[in-house]
Amino acid sequence: MPKAKVNGVEVEFEAGMSVLQVAELAGEEIPRFCYHERLSIPGNCRMCLVEVKPGPPKPQASCALPASDNQEIVTNSPMVKKAREGVMEFLLINHPLDCPICDQGGECDLQDQATGYGRDDSRYALNKRAVEEKQMGPTVKTIMTRCIHCTRCVRFMAEIAGQQEVGLLNRGEDAEISTYLETAVSSELSGNINDLCPVGALTHRPWAYNYRPWELKKVEGVDVHDALGSNVVFQVRGAEVMRVLPRINDAVNEEWLSDKSRYAIDGLMRRRLDRPYVRRGGKLQEATWAEAFEAVAAKLGDSSPDRVGVIAGDLQDAESMKAALDLFGGAGVPNLDCRQDGAQIGGGPREAHLFNTTVLGLEEADAILLVGTNPRLESPVLNTRIRKAWFLNNARVGLIGEAADLTYPVEHLGDTHRAFEEAAGWGHPFAEALRGARRPAIIVGGGALARRDGGALVRAAAGAAQAFDVVREGWNGWNVLHTAASRVGGLDMGFLPRGGGMGAKAMMGAAGQGGLDVLFLMGADELDTRAIGPDTFVIYMGTHGDAGASRADVILPGAAYTEKPGTWVNTEGRVQFASRAVFPKGEAREDWAILRALSERLGATLPYDSIGALREKLISDHPTFGQVDYVPTGRPLDLSQVGADGTPSDEPLRSPVTNFYMTNPIARASLTMADCSAVRVQAPVPMAAE
Amino acid sequence: MASRIAQALKGAALLDFGKAFGLSLKYIAKPKATVNYPFERSPRSPRFRGEHALRRYENGEERCIACKLCEAICPSQCIIIEAEPREDGSRRTTRYDIDMTKCIYCGLCQEACPVDAIVEGPNMEFTVETREELFYDKERLLANGERWEPIIAKNLEADARYR
Repeated sequence: MPKAKVNGVEVEFEAGMSVLQVAELAGEEIPRFCYHERLSIPGNCRMCLVEVKPGPPKPQASCALPASDNQEIVTNSPMVKKAREGVMEFLLINHPLDCPICDQGGECDLQDQATGYGRDDSRYALNKRAVEEKQMGPTVKTIMTRCIHCTRCVRFMAEIAGQQEVGLLNRGEDAEISTYLETAVSSELSGNINDLCPVGALTHRPWAYNYRPWELKKVEGVDVHDALGSNVVFQVRGAEVMRVLPRINDAVNEEWLSDKSRYAIDGLMRRRLDRPYVRRGGKLQEATWAEAFEAVAAKLGDSSPDRVGVIAGDLQDAESMKAALDLFGGAGVPNLDCRQDGAQIGGGPREAHLFNTTVLGLEEADAILLVGTNPRLESPVLNTRIRKAWFLNNARVGLIGEAADLTYPVEHLGDTHRAFEEAAGWGHPFAEALRGARRPAIIVGGGALARRDGGALVRAAAGAAQAFDVVREGWNGWNVLHTAASRVGGLDMGFLPRGGGMGAKAMMGAAGQGGLDVLFLMGADELDTRAIGPDTFVIYMGTHGDAGASRADVILPGAAYTEKPGTWVNTEGRVQFASRAVFPKGEAREDWAILRALSERLGATLPYDSIGALREKLISDHPTFGQVDYVPTGRPLDLSQVGADGTPSDEPLRSPVTNFYMTNPIARASLTMADCSAVRVQAPVPMAAE
Repeated sequence: MASRIAQALKGAALLDFGKAFGLSLKYIAKPKATVNYPFERSPRSPRFRGEHALRRYENGEERCIACKLCEAICPSQCIIIEAEPREDGSRRTTRYDIDMTKCIYCGLCQEACPVDAIVEGPNMEFTVETREELFYDKERLLANGERWEPIIAKNLEADARYR
């Protein structure tokens, strides 16, 4: 390995690293504005100047200079300091000194670095430049006078988000960041440019002026708005989560976060269920916990177990599902389901319902076939990985399903399952690419799973996967992209119909015709609850006044994902813990604790008194939950066993997500999501009912 | 024995009394150090740190821009601020509370303030009958500012060249 000297200390480095990276290896901090590890290198802020020998006797921009063997790098000489002070003085010439009203204050790179390289006064006597504010939509607040033209936002939008909506116009004094036609930024990842902005030019509009970074308590958590399980930090003041920022995890979300994961948190303070309710005389009335349990226990005591149904929603943590499984499964209830959308998957080997390639592994894929999914809407951060595979690896991407702009070139193979047969024929260009690929991958999404013929469609996709040999030694290219954060956890613990029990769709059908006495909804809101007949007693345990609560006969107020410690399993099968950031609202309690209390009232006390004991039980019953944040790659899978027999219908495959900003009760209660939806989502075209 | 006799003679001669009486006579002629409070007041420095006030600009706009530097620097953590964009989009507080029972009158809040919005005025007579009355809110602080503005402005001006 080549060696270089940084301030007299010798370090070894990998060939191809820049001088800045080598200096960081040696523990030297290099100030920078434009350089970012995950974006391309423009070298336009000039803040990272260092002295390099051998080389010209002038400071060099270390971010854009490749390090070479036997190089001598000096980062602390008077020349370097003077050069950086010069750069800082130029940057501050047109920067307004409005730190007190700037939301970046306290976490501003310019503020921090000015303490090291700034002058105490200004030598500039002329008028400062003023720049008009730009309209960038409901998530991005702009004060463009503060901009220092690092172009991080431009590069993020072009390289990661894949939408060239932001650019730098003009030059010199007139240079401006612009959205060209003053249209709102339409990317689902727009919030990330606010994080990337090193100054206060782009800030989070939904949280404008609401907090200062130094007054927030940080709690590590996991995002539940899609099945990717992005790692996040909840930043809390008092009883409110003020903001959610991404936590770096290269295997999951790198350091990006979708707008829904980030800005839907204002929904946590609206439409909340903060006390139990019982329906009396057709009206929901406030009640005490004892009264609510009384009503639930009386009804459950009268009903035979096979006329009780339990549906777990999309945001549930594994602990609460385990408690429900132990309580209702233990009582002999056969009608259990964690797939409220009716997805036809689960019950087989674990690998059959996982994203086996892993999110990190997807970067290596060189041919990717998407089946019935729109990853841009179902998991925008995962979509950046597919884009990365195309961007870095030249991967070819094919799509069977609804054609959509996925931010990278996609070969549309067809709308229906017939495309499998067509593609199987020789000479089809994409099929040839998939056949010849070293790392082929198939991603099956909710559009294929959540249908009556979902099992048959999965079988067809698995057949194609076999034909193209996507599962091979050391590589498993069979991927299921779920749409719900709770799904894999539920499937792993077997939260599924037992012994001839009904699935979610069948339960809803039965409830419509009086075939169920009690329906227990655990935060399940993506159902047509108005179709439930009057004879069915509906118990809703959840957080928001949404579809489930409106039809409920008893409401048990639960805790949202920020309000309970919990385990979530992402679509890869990665088990992740989240901590509690704030306490549940009002009289609401953690879901597992409600079920534990209810079990005592029903006379079938669950054998755990703490979340720790529950977790122990969960891990001893289902050992996969013990492998925290670990996903093995290249697991073998017998594809012939995946899916179910049947003939798929010719109905076109459609992504289950039509409005990215309205997929769960939290997002539906959020004003920011409503704004985003109004600006970015076209009015849905009316469609005939399925 | 001898010392006791000397002491008795000293007492009989009223020597101590004479000395003390002399001292009193001396001070009768000098000017008084005490004032007849509350009818008279001793002079107060322009830097006196008394009751807090939130100031306004001459056009009536409140000065405070919710930068929260006072909240951050307050050593007794008696300031609580909440903010959101006002209707015209400007940065203003929706809540500005000072717990006067916690305040130690150190003056760091007014030192930190970039716009001279929060100041410690000259008033030190704000005794109340209940504890709750000492939990000042924004309305109370702005009212203080209006009441004391002439003196506060004069004090700030007097102190300006030392800042």
